[in-house]
Amino acid sequence: MTPAAAGSVSGASVVARGWGWRHAGRRRWAVDGLDLRIEPGERVLLLGASGAGKSTLLHALAGVLGGEEEGEQRGHLLVNGAEPTAERGQAGLLLQDPDSQVILARVGDDVAFGCENLGVPRDEIWRRVTDALRMVGLNLPLGHPTSALSGGQKQRLALAGVLAMRPGLLLLDEPTANLDPEGVLEVRESVARVLENSEATFIVIEHRVAVWQSLVNRVIVLDAAGGVLADGHPDDVLTSQGERLAAAGVWVPGRGSGLVAAGRRTSSGTTPLLRTPGLAIARTKAEIIARDLELDVLAGTALALTGPNGAGKSTLALTLAGLLKPAGGAVLASPEFADGADPEPIRWRSRQLLSRIGTVFQDPEHQFVAATVRAELAVGPRALKRPEAAVTARVDEVLQRLRLDHLAEANPFTLSGGEKRRLSVGTVLATQPQLLVLDEPTFGQDLRTWREIVVLLDELLREGTAVVAVSHDADFVAAVFDREFRLAGRTGAAAPLITSGVVPR
Amino acid sequence: MSLIAPPRGDRAIFRINPVAKLASALLLAGVLILTIDWVSAAVALACEFVLVFWAGLSLKSFVLRTLPVWIAAPTAGLTTLLYGQPAGAVYWAFGLVNVTEGSLELAIATTLRILAIGLPSVVLFVTVDPTDLADGLAQVVKLPARFVLGGLAGLRLVGLFLGDWRALELARRARGIADGGAGRRLLSQAFALLVLSIRRGSKLATAMEARGFGAPVQRTWARESTFRGREVALIGIGLAVALLAVGVSVALGSWNFVLT
Repeated sequence: MTPAAAGSVSGASVVARGWGWRHAGRRRWAVDGLDLRIEPGERVLLLGASGAGKSTLLHALAGVLGGEEEGEQRGHLLVNGAEPTAERGQAGLLLQDPDSQVILARVGDDVAFGCENLGVPRDEIWRRVTDALRMVGLNLPLGHPTSALSGGQKQRLALAGVLAMRPGLLLLDEPTANLDPEGVLEVRESVARVLENSEATFIVIEHRVAVWQSLVNRVIVLDAAGGVLADGHPDDVLTSQGERLAAAGVWVPGRGSGLVAAGRRTSSGTTPLLRTPGLAIARTKAEIIARDLELDVLAGTALALTGPNGAGKSTLALTLAGLLKPAGGAVLASPEFADGADPEPIRWRSRQLLSRIGTVFQDPEHQFVAATVRAELAVGPRALKRPEAAVTARVDEVLQRLRLDHLAEANPFTLSGGEKRRLSVGTVLATQPQLLVLDEPTFGQDLRTWREIVVLLDELLREGTAVVAVSHDADFVAAVFDREFRLAGRTGAAAPLITSGVVPR
Repeated sequence: MSLIAPPRGDRAIFRINPVAKLASALLLAGVLILTIDWVSAAVALACEFVLVFWAGLSLKSFVLRTLPVWIAAPTAGLTTLLYGQPAGAVYWAFGLVNVTEGSLELAIATTLRILAIGLPSVVLFVTVDPTDLADGLAQVVKLPARFVLGGLAGLRLVGLFLGDWRALELARRARGIADGGAGRRLLSQAFALLVLSIRRGSKLATAMEARGFGAPVQRTWARESTFRGREVALIGIGLAVALLAVGVSVALGSWNFVLT
């Protein structure tokens, strides 16, 4: 890394004076009355409850909020004394979703994309591309296909693309929310190296504070009601605002999850619902991911599926859920669980699955089929041809239990991340299945939603529902699960896990 | 094979600017669809065979990639043979089927024509990298960069859509609405995919904008798209094959202009 590569850029200043932004078609201002000054070279962690307008602010600073048709602005927001849209490339923005940030097919071309747009001469572009890739630690040939990258690598690639533009203001919008623990570390290390070699001003949004705490020298907390709630040195702000932040869903280090053990569940865990003699799993017929997987799913107990990326955790979960066909061996339901249906769940009719196995997908948007939250929850009970009065009663019950009642008439796609997650769990609960299968239910969730999921699953387990979940989240596994099945490459092994139930403090 | 990661090779054909490939394939097709006679198609096809093997594609990959053409051509020919416009001696008649001297000649001409247009097009296009094509279209043909790069980036989303489609299918089964009514189910699933794709598209657009896409400065190109001797030569070859086919056909009196 030559000092000239990153150090030649001086940091940009940020000034907000009574700034506000309202998205087109909304009544509420996403951000309002914001007064703020960030000096060149400061490293800022931006916190706030969901809906406080953190992302809106970052997008505005990057100049990508859009024009007048996208929304309305008041007050002033200036980067280095100018409107952010006036000087493109001054601010570089890294977004949350790794998949939607890869633009071109080859690693080198993708990093070069931003430089091309800014009119950087060709020789200079390739010098910057090499430097940026080295800085984020992505040691890949320039011709390497971007489709073959892991989530963490994709984020580092996007970061390299941003760095190659030599921005004076580096903006990160929850850059690790969609990554597994390994990916989180990769990205954090890359950013740390970048900050060591750069004078750029740095602003990151992240509700897992521990990841960035040591890299920032200032924490700003936005108030959902508008303006700034707290601003200062990280230690001071996290101490004085800790409780409030935790209540707003921020993971404040040293505060734990806010849940305490509620005594061990008296698990009824001896009646097997499913067993898997000689199971082999595959996404498509040709590629078997893992074979000889032997496991039991027991009534009223929680089984965690863990293991490294690509080991087949999601595939195993979907196979157990009767959605993917086993590539070898079988998934067999006990006669009581099958209750008159075929012994193999994959042969059950779609409707027969409803009261037996409920599956919550990793991306909630994949499983939404209706125009309102209420209609979404009614889909399952209606498919089971339950009487209309019973459907309404059940839907109301689930709406309340998941705190979605105030959103009953909203379109599922317009909900926040946490609300979408709760709704996707609700759609499954509506038909009261005996087994719940969840794929990464805590992925990208703030502390509040995390806590709600933990409490809800604990309640369901106590009521006798069985739970199988894929998870990378060690805290979640420790809080909820009785047993862990770890997929490691080609085979798996079931290990008992000592855990106890939890209730909110 | 991913849509945006085509096979790579070091033979000449892989290095030629995709714009030249596009131009020569269009040129050849444009001339050959002006006539329906077997002579011109046969001449073109003969030349192409020589050229294809000189291009350096292995026999196996040539056969695999062009398989659809090999199936389509005789099928179209057979249809023409059985149901084509009857003329001259009748060889066989059964119901609507009427195999005549005229329909036989037309069938051969059709089969050869589809092969003559299809084979070189496939060979030229399987060796095209979409990124290189976009570079060429923007730098050589001077199409607007916004349009070309938007299309190129959108192409990458196609791979994600395949995954989305599969997930939607499984999710519908899990939601209890996958029994019966395949038509309606497909329609609602297609609509769901549309909604997802619009969301993906707008996210991608934001990511591109965040990297300065559409900035009011003259864009530069990291990869130079060159148009030199070998590109001109390829178009020249295409033109020569087309002219030779037309020349032989006219000389033998079998030229049969479609518009007369």
